[in-house]
Amino acid sequence: MASSATNSVLEACGVGKQFGGVSALKDVSLQVRRGEVLAVVGENGAGKSTLMKILAGVIQPSEGSLQVDGGHVTFSSVEQALLMGVALIHQELNLAPNLDIGANIFLGREPSRFGLISKRKIAAEATQLLASLGLDVSPYARLDSLSIGRQQLVEIAKALSINARVLIMDEPTSSLSQQEANRLYDVIRQLKDRDVGIVYISHRLQEVVDLADRVVVLRDGEFVGELEQTQIDRDRIVRMMVGRDVSQFYQRTPHPPGNTAIVARRLRTAAFPREQLDFSVRAGEIVGVAGLVGAGRTELLTTLFGVTPAVGGSLTIAGQELTPRNPAEAIRAGVVLAPEDRRSTGLMLTLSVERNLSLASLRNKLNVYGFIRGRGESELCRQTMDQLEIKSAHPRWPVRWLSGGNQQKVVLGKWLATQPSVLLLDEPTRGIDIGSKSEIYRLMHELAGQGVAIVFASSDMEEILGLSDRVLVMHQGRMAGEVEREQLSEELILQMAIGHGSQKPVEPAAS
Amino acid sequence: MRSHRFNPLNSIEGSKILGISCLLLAIGIYTTLSTDRFLLAGNLENIVHRTALFGILSIGAAFVIITGGIDLSIGSVVCLTGVLLPYLLTQCQWPIAAALAAVGGLSIAVGAFHGIMITKLRLQPFVVTLCGLLLYRGVARGITSDQSQGFGTAFKGLRTLATGHMRLFSGDDFNFRLPATALILIVVALAAMVILNKTVFGRYLLAIGSNPEAAKYSGINVDRATVAAYILCSTLAGLGGVLFVLDINAAQPSDFGNFYELYAIAAAVLGGCSLRGGEGNIAGVVVGAAVMVVLSNAINLVHPQYQNIEFAIIGGVILAGVTADALIRRILKGY
Repeated sequence: MASSATNSVLEACGVGKQFGGVSALKDVSLQVRRGEVLAVVGENGAGKSTLMKILAGVIQPSEGSLQVDGGHVTFSSVEQALLMGVALIHQELNLAPNLDIGANIFLGREPSRFGLISKRKIAAEATQLLASLGLDVSPYARLDSLSIGRQQLVEIAKALSINARVLIMDEPTSSLSQQEANRLYDVIRQLKDRDVGIVYISHRLQEVVDLADRVVVLRDGEFVGELEQTQIDRDRIVRMMVGRDVSQFYQRTPHPPGNTAIVARRLRTAAFPREQLDFSVRAGEIVGVAGLVGAGRTELLTTLFGVTPAVGGSLTIAGQELTPRNPAEAIRAGVVLAPEDRRSTGLMLTLSVERNLSLASLRNKLNVYGFIRGRGESELCRQTMDQLEIKSAHPRWPVRWLSGGNQQKVVLGKWLATQPSVLLLDEPTRGIDIGSKSEIYRLMHELAGQGVAIVFASSDMEEILGLSDRVLVMHQGRMAGEVEREQLSEELILQMAIGHGSQKPVEPAAS
Repeated sequence: MRSHRFNPLNSIEGSKILGISCLLLAIGIYTTLSTDRFLLAGNLENIVHRTALFGILSIGAAFVIITGGIDLSIGSVVCLTGVLLPYLLTQCQWPIAAALAAVGGLSIAVGAFHGIMITKLRLQPFVVTLCGLLLYRGVARGITSDQSQGFGTAFKGLRTLATGHMRLFSGDDFNFRLPATALILIVVALAAMVILNKTVFGRYLLAIGSNPEAAKYSGINVDRATVAAYILCSTLAGLGGVLFVLDINAAQPSDFGNFYELYAIAAAVLGGCSLRGGEGNIAGVVVGAAVMVVLSNAINLVHPQYQNIEFAIIGGVILAGVTADALIRRILKGY
């Protein structure tokens, strides 16, 4: 690789990053060369985003160093990285939707005259930049009048306005339509011709194969390998992404499934109204829902729970046809959801542990003519805290004082107190420590043993493989496949998740 | 790790009530030492009476603030019911029951209107009730052609609701009589405490104020509970307006109830309601209302020459109290 060193514009040498003792990235080296597209691939949690943030100065590496044009640099902020010509285009765009396009491009660097912003100068330069990207819009238009794809081009224009030589794109096509994505590919090719180096992160292997000049594969925060253009091939990439032993962290106790607990027939979610979902889950079964970010897993769960009611199709819960229009209906039918983001949708952080635990049981269990049964409430709280081993917490403490693991247990406890028949979990162990993780796994098995049907969505492949009796794989809002435990393999799931598995519609499983 | 024992000072409600009570006590001691007129029975009766009236408004405000909302229209609702009641009784000659039902129904309708605008149309509570503030006073002035409304010498019986007293002590030198309004406040406050602390509805209000999204995810009908909170607030404002006019016997539509929403909100916040929602207790709010009344009384008695800057003094004392509360909390808890 020494031969191409002269060509390298940005280089990472042995960078690593620890978050609170946990390694997110270990000893990764890579080079970004002038006028090439370097694709960085890996599963969720492989360390791609951490690496990108280090390259763009969002976070600082715990070890290793960066070089620009062969000279050592330290980026202590995004501004410094920008100054050296390294710009990051975030998955969620970093723009001000309420300002006009020109203002967004020059935000923080407004050309001014006597301290007043020169709108005319901004407009002239912005128009030129936008035209060079093939975007024919007025710089005076409000940003939010543009589609997401066009907003992204504005962000690219912003990067070009500071003469960025390296453009880091994090999942740029994840929220684009096919046409918008095609236009972005054109822009990327054009940028290559202008000698801009592009770091491209994507889950969509097809576009990696089409666009990339080189591919770097990460796994578990480590560098796995690098493919030159002639070696790039989808199967090879997948093999490099996987290739890991599934740990023995998941203790399984077999639990025979019972009657059908929930059946979806031609269920259509509000997020993907054109896709029909068919599946069923039996009592005592643990079903994993796998898929890439944005595949529609969360949307499936929130539809089952009635947060975003289904736009079509039907659900049968415990033999009764019921498609919940709000969470209250779902809860009454025994379907509950521990949501993905527990702080924003799962917990009342300022309320006490006890009040959080009892909240969902007040209406159906803990009241007499609308008055709360105080003794029943504290009894329920004590039982739940014992059952879930919510340690080191007082029932009267506000939940925000608890650790992430205990907070998640409070969310679970709130639902267990309602004695659900179907438990939906969205990313049940995201961001919690290993000890709480294994306790939550244990709890899931225990509940399944008691006949609760469990459906959990997870981006953690180990978790999917380790816990599931059956896996539903989603891709762009549809069921890409269904895999029984015996056939489970990481490679198969990944193939389906990126849209290359069995394409045939899945029959609803008979009970 | 924190200590496992439960410390009442760590309980947000407990410490807030303690803090506001200390403030009330401090102002009371200061005034007692400064003038011997403060502890006269007549003055105390007046303080209790005014605390009762403002306490009723403040409890209403508290319900809305606990859900994370705000009601700026309280003063104008006071004005609307305050001028409409004498207007309907004297000018329109309505029977008492019909007039009371009309102003009561109107108050409920106002609250329902606010709640529906806020939940169904997703308008901001500040905007909706600010418009209400302008709207209802305008309506009150329009209906009455901006003429002062009162009962004259009639309706003595009805007015006893607000002017009556109950003799508690009848000694020679101390003759305290409990105002009827205090009894009404006690009933309202007890009911409010039960609703907030002992019912599912009250718990839902706290949950909604703490995190409306998570409340929705817990199966709570957020919209319905929120509308109910606004109805409670406007109904208590309407009740307050009726009691104020029965007491004073003259309501000038252009200034009757002016700024009362601010007194009510200040009392609720002093009493431990967080404007972020999810926190609050009724006892604290009543003490908060008493602080406002006693403070105003102290200025009248001790420093009558400063009456024209009464607002500035009240504002300054509240700000000092809230600042002290925040600083002490930060020192005790380390955040």
